[in-house]
Parts: sequence; structure tokens; C-alpha cells
Amino acid sequence: MEDKKMRQESQIAAVKKVFRYLGKYRIFLVFSMLLAAVTVALTLYVPKLTGKAVDYIVAEGLVSFPGVFKIMLQIGICTLITALAQWIMNVCNNKMTYQVVRDIRNEAFRKIEILPLKYIDSHPYGEVVSRVIADVDQFADGLLMGFTQLFTGVATIVGTLGFMLSVNVKITFVVVLITPVSFVVANFIAKRTFTMFKLQSETRGEQTGLIDEMIGNQKVVQAFGQENETLERFDEINGRLQDCSLKAIFFSSITNPATRFVNSLVYTGVGITGAFAVVNGSLTVGQLSCFLSYANQYTKPFNEISGVVTELQNAIACAQRIFDLIEEEPQVPETENALHLTDIKGHVDLTDVSFSYLKEQRLIEHLNLNVKPGQRIAVVGPTGCGKTTLINLLMRFYDVTGGRIEVDGTDIRDMTRQSLRAGFGMVLQETWLKTGTIRDNIIMGKPDASAEEIVEAAKASHAHSFIKRLPKGYDTWITEDGGSLSQGQKQLLCITRVMLCRPPMLILDEATSSIDTRTEVKIQNAFARLMEGRTSFIVAHRLSTIREADVILVMKDGKIIEKGNHESLLAKNGFYAELYQSQFALGTGPNASGIVPVDNSACC
Amino acid sequence: MKKLLIYLKGYKRETILAPLFKLLEASFELLVPLVMAAVIDKGIAGQDRPYIVRMCLVLVTLGIVGLACSITAQYFAAKAATGFSAALRHSLFEHIQNLSFTEMDRVGNSTLITRMTSDVNQVQSGVNLVLRLFLRSPFIVFGAMIMAFTVDVKAALVFVVTIPLLSIVVFGVMLISMPLYRKVQANLDKVLLVTRENLSGSRVVRAFNKEEEERERFEECNQTLTDAQKFVGRISGLMNPLTYILVNGGIIVLIYVGALRVDSGVLTQGQVVALINYMSQILVELVKLANLIITVTKAIACGNRIQNVFEMHSEMEDGLLEAGDVAAEEREAVVFEHVSLTYKEAGAESLSDISFRALRGETIGIIGGTGSGKSSLVNLIPRFYDATKGRILVDGRDVKDYKLEVLRDKIGVVMQKAVLFKGTIAENLRWGKGDATEAELLEALVVSQAKEFVDTKEGGLAFKVEQGGRNLSGGQKQRLTIARALVRKPEILILDDSASALDFATDARLRRAIQEMEDSPTVFIVSQRAASIQYADKIVVLDDGVMAGIGTHQELLESCPTYQEIYYSQFPKEAGADGR
Repeated sequence: MEDKKMRQESQIAAVKKVFRYLGKYRIFLVFSMLLAAVTVALTLYVPKLTGKAVDYIVAEGLVSFPGVFKIMLQIGICTLITALAQWIMNVCNNKMTYQVVRDIRNEAFRKIEILPLKYIDSHPYGEVVSRVIADVDQFADGLLMGFTQLFTGVATIVGTLGFMLSVNVKITFVVVLITPVSFVVANFIAKRTFTMFKLQSETRGEQTGLIDEMIGNQKVVQAFGQENETLERFDEINGRLQDCSLKAIFFSSITNPATRFVNSLVYTGVGITGAFAVVNGSLTVGQLSCFLSYANQYTKPFNEISGVVTELQNAIACAQRIFDLIEEEPQVPETENALHLTDIKGHVDLTDVSFSYLKEQRLIEHLNLNVKPGQRIAVVGPTGCGKTTLINLLMRFYDVTGGRIEVDGTDIRDMTRQSLRAGFGMVLQETWLKTGTIRDNIIMGKPDASAEEIVEAAKASHAHSFIKRLPKGYDTWITEDGGSLSQGQKQLLCITRVMLCRPPMLILDEATSSIDTRTEVKIQNAFARLMEGRTSFIVAHRLSTIREADVILVMKDGKIIEKGNHESLLAKNGFYAELYQSQFALGTGPNASGIVPVDNSACC
Repeated sequence: MKKLLIYLKGYKRETILAPLFKLLEASFELLVPLVMAAVIDKGIAGQDRPYIVRMCLVLVTLGIVGLACSITAQYFAAKAATGFSAALRHSLFEHIQNLSFTEMDRVGNSTLITRMTSDVNQVQSGVNLVLRLFLRSPFIVFGAMIMAFTVDVKAALVFVVTIPLLSIVVFGVMLISMPLYRKVQANLDKVLLVTRENLSGSRVVRAFNKEEEERERFEECNQTLTDAQKFVGRISGLMNPLTYILVNGGIIVLIYVGALRVDSGVLTQGQVVALINYMSQILVELVKLANLIITVTKAIACGNRIQNVFEMHSEMEDGLLEAGDVAAEEREAVVFEHVSLTYKEAGAESLSDISFRALRGETIGIIGGTGSGKSSLVNLIPRFYDATKGRILVDGRDVKDYKLEVLRDKIGVVMQKAVLFKGTIAENLRWGKGDATEAELLEALVVSQAKEFVDTKEGGLAFKVEQGGRNLSGGQKQRLTIARALVRKPEILILDDSASALDFATDARLRRAIQEMEDSPTVFIVSQRAASIQYADKIVVLDDGVMAGIGTHQELLESCPTYQEIYYSQFPKEAGADGR
């Protein structure tokens, strides 16, 4: 009960919010309602006119032509006005719905851009996308249907009732008494079919899971010749799906004929009572004919409204999901007098920094680190040890939970995010490219770069040679997430991106993991040039990088457990020494230089 | 879309019966105005109350019979539609499974998945609706016309003029709006794309301070979508008002004609009412039809998307050689003869003129830079792609002569990306060989250096792997995929950079264990680590798709500059010792 009440309350809240969005377009709303009223009234008036016309046409020689002509003219005028009103109403509803939807989508997207990364990291992309796309779409459908059908439906019911009452009260009662039966029937069926639909969507989900897994990894399926086995599994689910879909569809589709049957009962009821009334002389034939057509019109909206109500409920549920997103807490806003640092030297100070994603699980505690401009900081440790945590803090993707981080003596929370981030050049392990040309992707950090600068940067990162060989060179269009490029090529592009804007500080996250060692050497040379005089934070895998670092942070299980340079850490004989020794002891000889920690998942 | 209709074939009976019963129902509905006319003309005019009651009973009977017919029709329609979609899904799944790697690269997995799921569902509801209603509406429209003819031929001519005009409106609006709906869908795709990109790239977008720009990009796409939606809404919103005008115009003319005919004694009052009723029935049907058109339009668009998948054909022709057809006596397991490969729609060759031979039981190392064609080369052996020039021989026969199944049965492939499926470890390993015994599985685990960690997992072989192998580490997944390939005791084993997540010691132990297997396979090792291929019998060095050298480690170290460069970049100390 409590639950139901709460659900109702939140539904009401959602409806209110919808109206807030509608507020901007209330002129259209009012206009649309007026037009609906006009349309309905005139649509209902026409049968009355035809009824009158019929009464002018009694029998041979008993036809009043002037009367007939007058009515014909009236019908014609009514029709034209109705049609025009209907079209304008449609246009208004369309405009309103799609503009509200556009506003909601824009707001949702605006929110995505300022959501804390914590939210984005902890919600599957698909889920957020489905809110912005599918939910909004459903909502639009519901809203549009609500406008067009609910309005006119209710108006029709009220209108017909009025017209019928104006013609004959007794027969009107017959209609009013029988009609609700169709409601009851529809409801009865809907309740029964609910479980069938649930079973259907569960089975569908199961099948989609299998499709996702098998088609997604089709190459493996083919390599192992498992096509037939997979198909068998697929068919088994497919068969079950066929059965339960049949049940769900069939039982739910009974609704329509059943309510139509109720309608025909109404029609008959009107027929019999009406005919008797005519025989008694209390009704004319023309009135009966128009009554019959009212009876038809009156029952129709009932069927529609029961559909609209479920549709609207669905739309409101969808709206709630979107509003949840829109109302999500945004990232901590910048202070009003946040500094905009322009000439960053690259002095980074971490004072007593503590951080944890979850309260129970403390990751970084009381970390102190003083980085002078131009120094190199290497972060080492097994994969999954939380090396990216430090990057998250430096770039202010996450805020520290204790202590402070300063760049050139300013707490990073006191400067604009924009100036902080512009100070860093970042290459992440997971390459990300957007749909657009190669050029678009390279100039992200420096939109006004000249063609020469771009080529120069691409040459420096050894991307130029492969870009040149693409069908349209720098203007080659790449699709979602760089689809046709190899992992290594994508990474080269990401490096080029940073090469182009030459920021004072660098963050390199296992940036070279998908590039073969030979190319990597070239890139590292380029990076070495880039790093000269620049503060760099490197999540390192290669021993050479590590040995050259000024400070090495050794991480394990998300915590920084050791700090120092190569020699001092070796002398300490702790985890770093162990890691280092294991590489040499297990490697192919004292020459092994690739420090590749256990289970590093640098593949992919 | 049309070609998809063959999947209704198994449901011929239902496909015919469903509309038939629907038409039966409609015919009963068409009789209603006639009965009413009789009530007016005979019952009311003759003051015959029993007659009125009788006729109303007839109406109720018509309603009941109509209900029965309609429910039967719904059943057959549902049966045909679900049967249709099940058959369609089956064929589509089978078809996709047989697409070659070239086609799959071109289309991408994600759209194949949406086509298999939501598109098929849309088509299913489309078929269901068409069977139920699409025939019904034209039938009522024409039925009403025919009934009008039975009432009065001259008055019925009004119908003959109105109906074609109505069809022009209905089909005209439909034809104009259909491509517009497609455009709306395409615009929606763009909005979706930008949203997705900004979620997956949130760090990069923020790192480069691109929030504002991305927002503008989104709003632009969103506005285009809104405009397209409004435009199509305006067009399809014309349908109802236009049909309304036509039908009421028809009624006006009917009244006039009726007045003339009644006046001259040809028609009765009740008959005029019947004629007007028929015209109104047409209007009601058309309104229903208009609401359906969107669903059907969508279904057709989705059907065409599915049809496109069916039209994609694997360009690979299957060979004829059966398993027993090749004597395993050939000394050369794999031979490349002047092989070149150009990927579809690619500008340049990815492999050019590669020739080498691998003897039975040899280990071949393949090394080279990113994009140098290492994976392309090994992908040619199990015929994932076809060479565009030259040929590849396995056991002395061209790979194109083998039946694909037979060829791939000989080969164990471990791909770069370690993919495991939902199910137990044992189930995953049996992908390699369906009837493998537990002993065989354990043996493969020992060789792949995976036994140790599998033993620590709860249930061992029965340990449940989650979808995508989420509950295993990268190195564990790699070792299991190697074990999976080993279970089938392949004649040829291809390791495509598949030990990258293993430390050197494990990697070395793995290679030794493979060497020591009885009937040790011919092994191809693709790697970026010189250490992994150093001890191979032959090393193929690739540089930009061209073979830069072939030979043993020592030979290459002396003669091949590319190899030297790679090797010394990884073993710099040695470079210092004998390089300078």
C-alpha cells in the first residue's frame, strides 16, 4: 500500500515536471484544446444534420428540396471547418510534443557533460543512452497520443452524451448503461495477459543475451566450427519464444473483438429501443439514424482511452527515468572567483592527500609528493592496482577526500577545470576517437591548428605514414570509436592529439601497450622530446621508462605502498625490488628489459 | 521486405485463414446497416414490433458470429506472425553465422544484433497487423461500395468516385511519409551516436575542455531530428482531415441523390439511411487504417534492413575436400606461394608477395611492427580471409579446395582478444572438441599452464565463467583460450599474440610444453616480443606487409636490419655488448 502511494506521488511529481516543460508552449496547448473542442462539436453536429436531412426525405413526392439544400450547405461548411481545425490541431500537437522532447533531450545531454565521472563510471553507457533515446521516444509517443486521442476522446464522449441527451433521454440511458461493459472486458483481459507478456519479455531477454554473445564473438564461433551447436541452442530458445509470444499476442488481441462485440450490443440496444420509440411516435426516423451513428461514436473513444491510459502510464514511467538523470547531482561547481591559470610551469604538490571511491575501502592515505617542473613520475604495479586513480585526481575527474593537490601553488579546486585540464596532455590506455575525420580527431586540443602543424605532430608520433595510406588521408572519415583502425593506430592518433597541443604537463597511461616495441621506441623518442622540460606522470610498463623516472610510485591493491627512485627502492628491498627481481629471475636472462607485471592485460 | 515473406510459407493455412475469417467478420458487419434499413422500412413503417425484435436478435447473432470469426482470425494471425518471426530469426541467425570475416568487418556486430532483435520484433508486429487489419480495411471500403450497389446502382456511383480519391489520399500520404520516417530514424541514430560517444569518451572530452562544443554538436543533431519529426508530422497529419472532407463530401452528394431518388419513388427513406451508414463505415475504417500505417511503415523499413543482411553473401566458396581425402604424409604442413592480400575497400595491399614453407612440427615465429600484417598472415591459413593473389597450401592442397569445416578442424586458433563464453570452464574447452573426455581437458590445461589456477577455482572444471569471462583475469582468459585450441589436438596451432598477458616464465613454459606434446602441432606464433619467437625454427619478419626476412634467430640477427632493430629495441644491453 505504502509502495503504491509512493509510486503515485512520484508519478504526480513527474506529471508536474512534464507540465513545467509544456509551460513554454502553453499557447499551443490552449489552442490545441480549443481546436479539439471545435472539431469534436462539429464532427458530432454532422450526424445530427444528416438525420435532419433524412427527415426531409420521407417518401415519393414528399421531399423538401429547399430544406435538403440548406442542410447540404451546412454539412459542407462544417466539414471544411472541422478538417482545417483538425489539421491545425495536429500541427500544434506535433510542434508541442517534439519541442518538449527536444528540450528534455538537450537538458539531459547538458547534464551528461557536467555529471561527475563517478556517475558515468558506475552506470553502463547503454543504460544512460537508452534513457536519452528510447525512453524519451516512448515518452514522446505517449505524449502525442495523449494530446491527440485523450483530448478528443474525452471531448467526444462528453459531446455525444450531450447530443444524445438533446435528442432523447431514455435511449441515452441505454447507451450509458451498456458501454462500461467494454471497459470491464478490456481490463479483465489485460490483467490475464500481463504474466504472459512478462514471460515473453524474459525469454526475449534470454535470446538477446545469446545473440549478443555469439554474434558479438562470431569470429571465435567460426574458428571453432561451432555454428551448428550455437544454432541448436538458439533454436531451443527460439521455440520457447514462439510459444509464449503466440499466447501473449493472441490473448491480448482478444480485447479488440470483445469490445467491438460490446459495441454491437450497444448498437442493437439503441436499435430496438429507438425503433419502438419511433413506432410510439416519440422519435423520428432521422433522429434514430443520427442516434445510431452517435452510439457508434460514443463507444469508440472508450476502447481508445483504455489504450491511451496504459500508453500514458508507460510514458510517465519513461519520463521519470529521464528526470532521474536530469536531476542527478552534478559535479561540484567551480567557485565564483576560480582562477584561470594560463602560464602553467608544471609544479605539482600533493599534500596529505587521501582518497577512496568507497568509504570502507581507503585507497590513498596521507600521500605527499612534490614534483618540480620537468620531473618524471612513474607509477608501477600490477594491472588493476588502481594506477588510474592518481590520474583521476590530477585531472580532477574525482575530488580528493582529504588533503589537497596544488599546481603552481594553487589548489586545483580553486582554479577553473578548464585551465587545469588544458595544462595536461593525456593519453589513456583506452583509446577514444569520435566520429569525424582523422583531422577532427587530431585537432581536438587545438582547433585552430594549421595543416603543417598537424602533419608535423603526426610525423612526430609516427602516425603520418599510416594516415597517408588511408583512402582520403587526413580527411578519412572514421566511424564510431575508430572502427576500421587497429588498436595501435588508434593509439597513435591519440598520441598525435597530445603532440599537437604540447601542454606543460603530461599524463601517459600505459599509452603504448598496443604498439609493438619497435614503433614504441620511435614514439618514446618523440615523447622524450616532448617531455623535455615538462612535468610527466607515466603509468609505466617498460623498465627503461621506470629507471629514468625521478620518482617511482609503487602501487598495489589500489594503494601507494612505496615511493622513491629506482636505486633507493631497490635498496629498500620491498615490493618493488620483488617485482623487479621476479622479472629478471623469470625472464629469459639478464637482458630482459620489458618489465611486464603478472597478468598485465596489455593485450586487447 | 517482399523476399522475407517466404518465411510465412510454413504457415500458409494460417496466413490465408486469418484474413479470411477477418473478412467474414467484416461481411457480417456490412450486413448491419441492411438489417437496420429493414427495421426502419418494414418494422417501423408497418408498426411491426415482433419484426423489430426479431431483427434485433439477428443483429445480436451477427455480433456473436462476428466475435467468433474475429477471435479465430486473431489466433491464426498471431500463430502465423510468431511462426514467421521464429523462422525468420532462425534463418537470419544461421545466415549471419555463415558470413565471412570480410562481411562482418564491414557491417559491424552491433547492427547485426539490433537487426536480429528489435527489427525482427517490429516486422513481427507488422505482419500480425497486416494479417488482421490491412485486408479488412480495403474489404470494408469495397464491401461498402458493393453493398451500396445492391441498394441502388445510381447512388452507388458516388462511392465509385469517392473511393479512388480516398485511396489516392491514403497511399499518397503513405508514400510521401515513408522516406521521411526513414530520415527521422537516421537522425535519431545520429543523436544516439553523439550521446554514446560522450559517455564513452567523457574523460577525453573533459580533458580537452570540449564540453561546450559537444553540447552544440548535440543540439544541432537534436534540432535536425526535431525538424524532421515536425515535418513528417505535418504531412501525415493531413490524412485524417483530407479523408474527412472526402467522406463528408460523399455524404452530401448522397443526400442530394437520395433526395432525388426518393422523390421519384425509386428509393425508400431507410435505404438512404443505409447508404449514409455505409459511407460512415468507410470513414471509420480509414481512420483505423491511418493509425496502422505508421506501424506498417516502420515494419517495412525494418524488414528492408533485415533483407539487406540476407543479401550479404559470403564471397567465400566452400571447397569439396573431405577429411579423409588428404593423405597426411606431406612433409610440408603449410606453404605460402606468392600470397598477397588486399582487404575490401582498402587502398593498399596489407600483405604483398609472401612465400615460405612450414614443415610438419616446426615452430614458425612471426614478428613485425603494428599494422605490418602479422595477424593478416595467420588469418589466411584457416581461411578467415581469402588471399587476393597467390595461394596457400595446407598438407599440399590449396585451402580453397577444402571444405571449410574440414580445414578449420585441423587448426587450433587462439586469437588476440581472449574470448570466453558464459558457461563452465569444461563447456568452454569443449568448443575445441565436443566429445573430449575430462582427461583430455586436463591435459590441455596442463600444457596451457592453466591447470594451476583452474584447480584453485571453486569447482575446478565446473567453475562458471561469466559472460565475456568477466570473472577471470586477462592472463587466465588467455591461458584458457589456448587450452581450448589445444583440446582439439590440432595439426596446426596458431597463437596470434595470445601470450601477451603472460609473464616471460609462463610464456616460456607454455612454449616448451607445446613442443613436448606428442604429435606436436605445427605452431605459428605471432608476437611483438622477440623473446617469444627467438627459439622458433623459422622466423618471418614482416615490415609493412612485406616479408623483410626469414630464417633463424641467428641468421636474422646477422642479415636482417628490421629484425635487428626490433630485437635490440627489446634487448638494449646486448646491443651495447655486440652492437657498438
